[in-house]
Amino acid sequence: MRDYARRALDLAQLRGASFADVRFEERRVQSISTKNGAVDALLEEESQGFNIRVLVDGAWGFAASAVLSGPEVDRIAALAVEIARSSVLAKRENVQLGSPVVSQGTYRTPFQKDPFAVPVGDKIALLLRADAAMRGVGGLAIAEAALECLRIRKTYASTEGSYVEQDLVETGGGIVATAVGEGEVQQRSFPNSFGRHQGTGGWELIEAMQLVENAPRMAEQAVLLLGAPQCPSEFTTVVIDPTQMALQVHESCGHAVELDRVLGMEAAYAGTSFLTPDKIGMKYGSEHVNIVADATVPTGLGTFGWDDEGVPAGFTPLISGGRFVDYLSSRETAARFDKPSNGTVRAGSWSRLPIIRMTNINLLPGQWGFDDLIADTDRGLYLDTNRSWSIDDKRLNFQFGTEIAWEIVGGKLGRMLKNPTYAGITPEFWGSCDAVCREWRMWGTTNCGKGQPPQTMHVGHGTAAARFRNVRVGIV
Amino acid sequence: MHGEDALRRIATQALEATRADQAEVVISADESALTRFASSTIHQNVFEAGIEVRVRAVLGTRIGVATTTRTDERALRETAHRAAESARYVPENPDFKGLPGPQPITPVSAYSSATAAYTPERRALDVKGVCDQAIARGLDASGAWSTGELELGVANSRGVWAYDARTHASFKTVVMGEDSSGYAERTAVDATTVDVDSAGREAIEKTLRSRSPVHLDPGEYTTIIEPYAVGTMVDYLSFIGLGALSVQEGRSFMNGHVGEQIVGDNVTLWDDGLDPAGVPMPFDFEGVPKRRVVFFDRGIAQGVVYDSFTAGREGKESTGHALPAPNSYGPMPLNLFLAPGDADREALLAGIRHGLWVTRFHYVNVVQPTKAILTGMTRDGTFVIENGEITRPVHNLRFTQSVLDALSNIEAIGREPMMLQDEIGGTRVPSLRIGRFSFTSATEF
Repeated sequence: MRDYARRALDLAQLRGASFADVRFEERRVQSISTKNGAVDALLEEESQGFNIRVLVDGAWGFAASAVLSGPEVDRIAALAVEIARSSVLAKRENVQLGSPVVSQGTYRTPFQKDPFAVPVGDKIALLLRADAAMRGVGGLAIAEAALECLRIRKTYASTEGSYVEQDLVETGGGIVATAVGEGEVQQRSFPNSFGRHQGTGGWELIEAMQLVENAPRMAEQAVLLLGAPQCPSEFTTVVIDPTQMALQVHESCGHAVELDRVLGMEAAYAGTSFLTPDKIGMKYGSEHVNIVADATVPTGLGTFGWDDEGVPAGFTPLISGGRFVDYLSSRETAARFDKPSNGTVRAGSWSRLPIIRMTNINLLPGQWGFDDLIADTDRGLYLDTNRSWSIDDKRLNFQFGTEIAWEIVGGKLGRMLKNPTYAGITPEFWGSCDAVCREWRMWGTTNCGKGQPPQTMHVGHGTAAARFRNVRVGIV
Repeated sequence: MHGEDALRRIATQALEATRADQAEVVISADESALTRFASSTIHQNVFEAGIEVRVRAVLGTRIGVATTTRTDERALRETAHRAAESARYVPENPDFKGLPGPQPITPVSAYSSATAAYTPERRALDVKGVCDQAIARGLDASGAWSTGELELGVANSRGVWAYDARTHASFKTVVMGEDSSGYAERTAVDATTVDVDSAGREAIEKTLRSRSPVHLDPGEYTTIIEPYAVGTMVDYLSFIGLGALSVQEGRSFMNGHVGEQIVGDNVTLWDDGLDPAGVPMPFDFEGVPKRRVVFFDRGIAQGVVYDSFTAGREGKESTGHALPAPNSYGPMPLNLFLAPGDADREALLAGIRHGLWVTRFHYVNVVQPTKAILTGMTRDGTFVIENGEITRPVHNLRFTQSVLDALSNIEAIGREPMMLQDEIGGTRVPSLRIGRFSFTSATEF
């Protein structure tokens, strides 16, 4: 790759680029899913390609191709420069990148068991055992199980002298039990919603899930939900489980602190943010709320060696003691504030422009044990596992639904409730947080969407259960 | 562009390399460019050239699929081998009745050489025109102008060969003021026919009209919904329950209601991949020709779309709505049409004492699929209607609403449908005046 990288960067500079960087990517994905005793999908994907990003006269150009050859590298590099020159036609100020970034080295995801070395037959057998364990529960309509193994080998090089190679491995899986009643569908997912939890690591992540052991419980809950009472409409105390807290952090904090969004760069698609620069220091939540970006956490989907600008993986406090303190940034956006990037730029594939993405956006653990927190709650709801999500284009008004809820009465979990939803305004909601538990772990979100053309990113969230007061529930 | 001969050569090589009872090869190749702008400046400007070869190997009723982005002989051989090897591990599936056979395909032209030749400079000048309009009014323009060409080739061991080349051109813009915003989009096969300037003017006018919004209490309102928002509702209906898989699994709002009045008798909704007024696609990802499928005929539920797998389960024929294998989502309509009415703008507004005008929806999600209950926010131009006139802009509102209930309560339908392009396919829909639309909360802007 060094030769291709040198060729691309040299040509870009020859044609007038003041800065250029190039990325090469090889990706392998193995996906297996089962449904009601049959293999629903068995897919082996391989893709490779490269892209080059250039600055010419202070404006960006980007081009990508799936064909890796000398002539194609030349064509794409020249095209990127041509595109950058066209960008100059509608330029208002020059892009600044701040101080040069020079990174060298390699990074490999640590894992115990190579997920691709596990025989396909064993993987299918595991999923079908989980499937059978779900369908052993009477009344269940659909049993689904799935897993995914992913490996990305990528190389980054720049005209500033960076050259880094990374070998990233992810493994994920899960189950979904669906019960169908009279005009009604209820489902339970494990370990996380939409049938999958994923992390950077190997097959040991799947083994730790204990899919087969947890399958009957999920199926039983899905069936019971059909006959459960509807979640009431009221204002009440809610305790939110760690998986739904991951979604809460993702939507109401992670996206809100993306500096490109704040500066209007995503206005045409996903929107902007209420956390404008004048809001630094504002009260985002209660003193119990501490949220960080940490690209070094083991098993995090947002864990890597360097981002896609060659900036080393780092740790950035975002919300400290409830106060909003910092953003996720890139070299270009950070330079506007005379700061260095904190290394959060990634591209969803070889064909996509790298942009600011969440790394691992984590709610730090608190002091409460979960059982103690429930015992301390006189009345409320315990909300578990995300089912739906929606938030406005400045990340303020949100409405989320979970798969299941339990009443909390007199410090004990009580009746199961169906179709729970809750809503709020972001700082008011986080301001009502009065407890965070200490049982903390990482969760993986594999479907974060952003950008035009759209791209998907895998991001991580470390969370624990937390309690919030006076929350509106039961919207539907 | 690679051309039909090149794609057919690749497909033939891959088929010959697949050691299986049946085999299918789907090749999608594209060259696409997108000029993106924000704060009235081009901040991202991209191009990609890609190709994917997808091989489905069938051993009995066991299926494995493998993909590659390389087209050399060795890569095709290795991919075919991976697909066939994978299939060996899969148990037999009696629901699978085999790959479809060849059927005549009606060619539909959706290709413009002018789009294929559209240069970065031309896109940049178009964008500059809209940015200059916005700057002149003290506003910020953002958006994306994308053009590209896509080739699709589908072949299988039963003799299917289908090839299509198409172009797309889509311009979208959000213009923003201090406390307001507006949106517009235009799409066409031929980029030279896309009136970018008029889209800019539409978004700017909406932005200027929506300055100084006031709070409006959430509640149920008679609401006029522009095509941008109607398209979103229709897209979600298709995702939730207009495919055969959701019906077969009991998850669809169509379950048990075919032949019944399910929405208003002024609602007719269908899918037609051959209609040149949409984003035509002559065949699906199994090479099966597209058939016109009616979902609601004057409000009466008619049926859903099928691929070969779901059709095989019921002893029916595929309607030509397969997605690339393996497909866990089931068949999907991609070329939706909602019948227009006869109401012009004044007729839509007439008689509304206190209602709402909505430009588009944002971040819509499914709350309850069997009742088609969605939630989402309004965005980029939301106004109060008073005594038949648009009066004041309001802060954006969250809706939580059953689409079926909304479509059962349509008081008037716009007479001019609008073509909206999705990632694949498109939707052609008019404005709707809905008697009662439920808004459950408001935001602060």
